[in-house]
Amino acid sequence: MSRRIVAIAALGLAVIVVALDMAASPPNPYAAPSLIAFGSGQAQSGGFCGALPN
Amino acid sequence: MSAVLHDGVSGSGRGRILPRAGLIGLAALLVATVAALAGARFGLMLAIGLGIGMTLEGLRFGFAGPWRAMILRREPAGILAQLLAIGIVAIVALPLIASNSGELVGAEAPIGFAMIGGAFVFGAAMQVVMGCGSGTLINAGSGNPVGLVALPFFALGSFLGAYNLLWWTDLGALPIMVLRGTTGLAVTLAGLAAVAAVLLWRAAPGTRAVPRRLILAAVLLAGFAIANLLVAGQPWGVVYGLGLWVAKGAAGLGADLSGSGFWSAPGNADRIGASVLTDYTSLTDFGLIAGAFVVASWRAGGLSAPLPKLPARAWLATVIAGLLLGYSSRLAFGCNVGAFFSGISTGSLHGWVWFAAAFAGSWYGVRLRPLLGLEARG
Repeated sequence: MSRRIVAIAALGLAVIVVALDMAASPPNPYAAPSLIAFGSGQAQSGGFCGALPN
Repeated sequence: MSAVLHDGVSGSGRGRILPRAGLIGLAALLVATVAALAGARFGLMLAIGLGIGMTLEGLRFGFAGPWRAMILRREPAGILAQLLAIGIVAIVALPLIASNSGELVGAEAPIGFAMIGGAFVFGAAMQVVMGCGSGTLINAGSGNPVGLVALPFFALGSFLGAYNLLWWTDLGALPIMVLRGTTGLAVTLAGLAAVAAVLLWRAAPGTRAVPRRLILAAVLLAGFAIANLLVAGQPWGVVYGLGLWVAKGAAGLGADLSGSGFWSAPGNADRIGASVLTDYTSLTDFGLIAGAFVVASWRAGGLSAPLPKLPARAWLATVIAGLLLGYSSRLAFGCNVGAFFSGISTGSLHGWVWFAAAFAGSWYGVRLRPLLGLEARG
């Protein structure tokens, strides 16, 4: 067995995560934010490793 | 650099042109698909993740490996390249955040008992599996079985660590402390220079030069990290996305997450219900895996190497280390990316404390690795 199997399995894992999520929470492109946050006037709202809930 | 490019990315024969064109097409298709399904910003975030993944794998730029090289052989080149990348990001990011607060935020987090302990454990665990936050994703995408086995447990640990995060931070933490403005930038750059000076002083003879390959990688990585900040409004991170995947799975299976102050908080609860294709750290995580896959597939013989033979205790150690990587990185408010790279480069003092604690943990981790059977038998 070579590393190719492992690499394909890793990609497969990512595809499974996205596919299962697509079924439960389909994205809505019409609710998308502007292309770039910088200069958009919108407050940052993404999840981040350092963020602590208030 | 030329050797890497010659052996790797550009060492092509005619028979490889079509597969390589296919790889580029596949990457472009992925970006276009995400942009069409979720929005252009999210497609751009996946592209940034792909760029980071290709840079890390293509130019052999890592975090755990260089720390190991410094501890075992006193070779500082890899860490010096990390400091260079962090410094470049700081020069751009600190003024931008100062003049655009709200739109752009730094990787700011409090220093505390759990944060320091978490960083120490993370440093040890990342040496056991030779993969940090970004490294585990790159390793998995480039065909390393230890990375692939560690990854789901890393994600599970990240979910569990976040679940209990508020209990841990209640043990004691300082207010968030951030270096801001011109003075903050000067102090950050002086700190990076001081660490570099210590590394050069401690370096073994003949190891002080930084290869051009690593300098190029540091500049590219800094560029992608700045792009991450400008596009997402937040710095590059890894572990939030991994924990979110498990939180989504748990919620989908009917688990009640209301007992977790973290996962039931409004922003996090909203993200559990939203598409994973709109979560910035998830998108760059996917990009890292796919970018490493593209480069490993592109490189002649990159994926044809046989898998290492490891004893059962090595796989058990990988599972445990994966869990610890995830859990500890949440207590530490980030991994080598979210806390060390992004924390220091956006002025958060917790990034510096993370560096010291994780490096101390790494000192023990490099000695644990052979005892756990993770040095391949061939």
